Amino acid sequence: MTRSRSPRPRRRPTTPAAAAVLATALLAALTACSSDAPADAPAASGQNAGHSAGQKGDSGDKPSKFFDRVEYDRQLTLSGLTPKGPAAKPWEQMLEPKMTDTARYRKKGEGDDVDLCFSNAGVFNPWRQVGLKNMKAEAELHDEIDDFTVLDAQGKDDKQISDIQELAGNKDCDALIVSPNTTATLTPAVKEACGKLPVIVFDRGVETDCAVTFINPIGGYGYGAVAADFLVDEVEPKGKILALRISPGVDVLETRWSAAKLAFDKSELDVVDVKFTDGDPAKTKSVVSDAISRHGSIDGVWMDSGATAVAAVEAFEDSGADVPPITGEDQQDFLEAWKDKKLTAIAPTYPTFQWRTPVIAALRILRGERVPEEWKLPQPTVTEANLDDYLQDGMPPLHYAMCGCQKLPGFPGAWGGKK
Amino acid sequence: MSTGTATNAAPERTTKAATAPYRALARTLGTGAPVYALLIVLLLALAATDPGFYEPDRFLAFVKRAAPLVILAAGQYLVIVCGEFDLSVGAIVTAGVVAAAEVYGTHPGAPWALMTAGLLLAGAAAGLLNGLITTVLRVPSFITTLGMMLILEGAVFYWTGGSPQGRLPEDFRRLGRDTAFGWLPWAVLACVVAGVLVALLTRSDFGRTLVATGDSERAAHLAGVRVRRVRVLAFVLSGVAAALAAVLVGGFSGVSAQAGRGYEFEAITAVVLGGVALGGGRGSVVAAMAGAFSLQALFTLLNLQGVSGALESTVQGVIVITAVGLGAADFSRLRRRGHPPGPPTAAPPAPATPSRTHREGHPHDPQP
Repeated sequence: MTRSRSPRPRRRPTTPAAAAVLATALLAALTACSSDAPADAPAASGQNAGHSAGQKGDSGDKPSKFFDRVEYDRQLTLSGLTPKGPAAKPWEQMLEPKMTDTARYRKKGEGDDVDLCFSNAGVFNPWRQVGLKNMKAEAELHDEIDDFTVLDAQGKDDKQISDIQELAGNKDCDALIVSPNTTATLTPAVKEACGKLPVIVFDRGVETDCAVTFINPIGGYGYGAVAADFLVDEVEPKGKILALRISPGVDVLETRWSAAKLAFDKSELDVVDVKFTDGDPAKTKSVVSDAISRHGSIDGVWMDSGATAVAAVEAFEDSGADVPPITGEDQQDFLEAWKDKKLTAIAPTYPTFQWRTPVIAALRILRGERVPEEWKLPQPTVTEANLDDYLQDGMPPLHYAMCGCQKLPGFPGAWGGKK
Repeated sequence: MSTGTATNAAPERTTKAATAPYRALARTLGTGAPVYALLIVLLLALAATDPGFYEPDRFLAFVKRAAPLVILAAGQYLVIVCGEFDLSVGAIVTAGVVAAAEVYGTHPGAPWALMTAGLLLAGAAAGLLNGLITTVLRVPSFITTLGMMLILEGAVFYWTGGSPQGRLPEDFRRLGRDTAFGWLPWAVLACVVAGVLVALLTRSDFGRTLVATGDSERAAHLAGVRVRRVRVLAFVLSGVAAALAAVLVGGFSGVSAQAGRGYEFEAITAVVLGGVALGGGRGSVVAAMAGAFSLQALFTLLNLQGVSGALESTVQGVIVITAVGLGAADFSRLRRRGHPPGPPTAAPPAPATPSRTHREGHPHDPQP
C-alpha cells in the first residue's frame, strides 16, 4: 500500500529536552500512525485473535467484537448467488437488489448536461489510484457529463467534511458521490448533504441510509472466508498457518480476519501467528522470515490484503524454503509471481471496478431510473483456473487486475501499462 | 588514545592506577556505554527467546536486515554530531527505490552498477542541496531537510501517481537480497565496508573538525575550521548513505512507494540511542551504529515475543526513553556536586537544534 506521508511539525520546536521525546514519538508513530484507523480502534484485537486462534474450540462463533453473525451469513449467502445484470460488466451487476424510486431526483429537461461531483477520501494507495482512474474514464464515456469535479480529502476527515459541504452547497453539482474516509466522522456531513442533492456513497459506508444508494461489493467476510477456505482445503491437517494483517481496527480488514478465524477454528489447522505488517513489504519480509525460523516451517499463509504478498513469497525463497499455499489479491505483481513461480495460491478481490458504478448510478438517478438501495456488486475470486484471464502483461506491478478497465478509453496507457 | 599509558601507570601511583582501567574503558566506550549494554542485553534476550538465533545463516540474515538502518545511522551521525539534523533520508530512500524502478521501466537493460552509481550521485546531490541551503541561506537544517522530505515525497507521488510502474531486475536487487561466496549477504558486506569507512573518517581530521563544529561553532571557526564546508560535506555523506540504503532496501523488498517510510526517525533514534548528543559535539559513530543494531534487535525481539499492534510501540517507547535517559545523564556533574563550588568547568554540551517533531497519522488507508 502506498501512503502519501506528510509529517508536519505542528508545534514549533520548544526545548532541546524534547529530543528524547522525539525519539520515542517517532518510534511510536512508526507503528501507531500507520493507518487511518478509526479512533475507537481496538489495538489489542489482533493480538487477542492471535492467542485464541491457536486454541481449538474456544469462542468459535465469536471471533472478534467486530464479528456480526447476521452480516457474515448474509455475505456468505451472497457469495453463492448469481448477480443480476450483464455478466460481462460486473460493475453494472447487482446482488439481491431492493430497488428504490428516484423520480424526485429526475433532472428537468432531457438532454441537459450533468455536473457530477465527487468527494474522495484520498488516493493514498494503489488500489485507490486504480479506482480513481476507472471512475474518471467511466465519466468520460458519458457525453452528457459536462463536468466531473473531484475533491481529494487526502485521507483527512476534516478536509473531507469541508469538501462535502462545499460540493453540496455548490449549485453546479447535480449529484454528489462520496467515498468516505471514515465511517462515523463523515456521517453528519453526508446527512447534511442528503438534504440538498442526491448522494451516492460507495466503498466504505456511513451510519445513515439517507444516501440514494450505497455501492459496495459483497464485503470483508466473503473475502476472508474465501482465502481461509482455500487454505483449509490445500494445507494438511495440523499445518501451521501464518496470518498476516495490515493493522487492527479497520472494519473491512477486521471482518476479513474474523471470517477467516472462524474457518480456521473449525478446521484442524494451527494458526501459529497473527502478525501486523503495516502493509510494508520490508516489514512483511522480516515478519515472515522470523515466523519461518521460529516455527521451523510454515505450511500456509493467509493475508487480509495481498499488496505485500510478493514480499512474503520472497521471504520463503530467501530462507530456502518452498513457498506454501498462499493467499493474495488481484495485484499485478502477485499474479505474475503466481504464474512464474507456479504457486499454490488464490486471490480474493475487493474489485476496483466498483469505482465505475457510482457514475452509472448517478446518471440513472438523475434520469429518474430506479437503483438498488444498497447496490451489492459481485466480488470475483482469481483462482488457478481463471488466472490467465485476469493477468495482463505489461501492466505496472501495483495495478489491480479486477479493474474492469480493459475497454475504457486510454487503457492501458492511462493505467501505466504498455500495449 | 591514551588507553595504553593509563593501564601501564607507574607503581607509585597505585591509587590512581586502580581506577585507571575503569576510566580507560569508560573513555573508550564514551557516551555509548549504555547502548553497548543495551545491545548485549537484547542479543542475550534474543538468544534466550530463540536458541537458533545465532546459527550463522540466521544471524547474518539479521545483520542483513539491519544493514540499511546501520548505514543510515552512520550518515545521520555525521550530520547530528556537527549540530544539524537530516530528516530527508527516509524520503531519499523512497525516491531512490522508486526512481530506480521507473528508470528500469523505461530502460530495462540498464547495468546495475551504473544505476547504483547514479543513485549514489543523486543522493549526494540531495545532500549537497540540504547542506547549501542550511549553511548559505541559514535555514535551520530541521526545516531544510523537512522541506526536502516533503519535496521528494511529493515528487515521487506526482511522478508515479502512487504506484511505481517499473520493476527492479534481479541483478540490481542482488546487493540487497543475495549472498557473496554463497554465505555472506552482500548487504552485510556493504554495511561493514560503509561502517569501517565512516569510522575511519571520524578519526580523521575531518571527523575531529566535525565534532568540534558541533561542540562550538564559534570556537571551531576561530580555530580555522571552515564550518560551512564541513557541514555541507556531512550532509552530502548522509545523502550518499541514504542512497546506499535505498539500493539495499530496494533489493531486499522490491518496488514500493513507501520503501523509506519512517527511516529518518529510526535513524535519528538509533543515533540518539548511541548516546550521541542532539545538537552535536559528542558521541561516537560506532555507538550510533550499535544503536541501529539495538533498534533492529528490539524489533526482532518484539516480533519473536509475539508482541503485536499498539503494545509493540509502547514497549519500544519505554526502552528508548530509558536508554536515551541513561545515555544523556551527565554523571560527572552529579559527582561534581560534592565538591566546593567553583567556576563551571566543562558545561554539558547543550543540544542547540530544535528537535521536536510531530508526526501525524499517515493518511494511509490500510484498506486495499
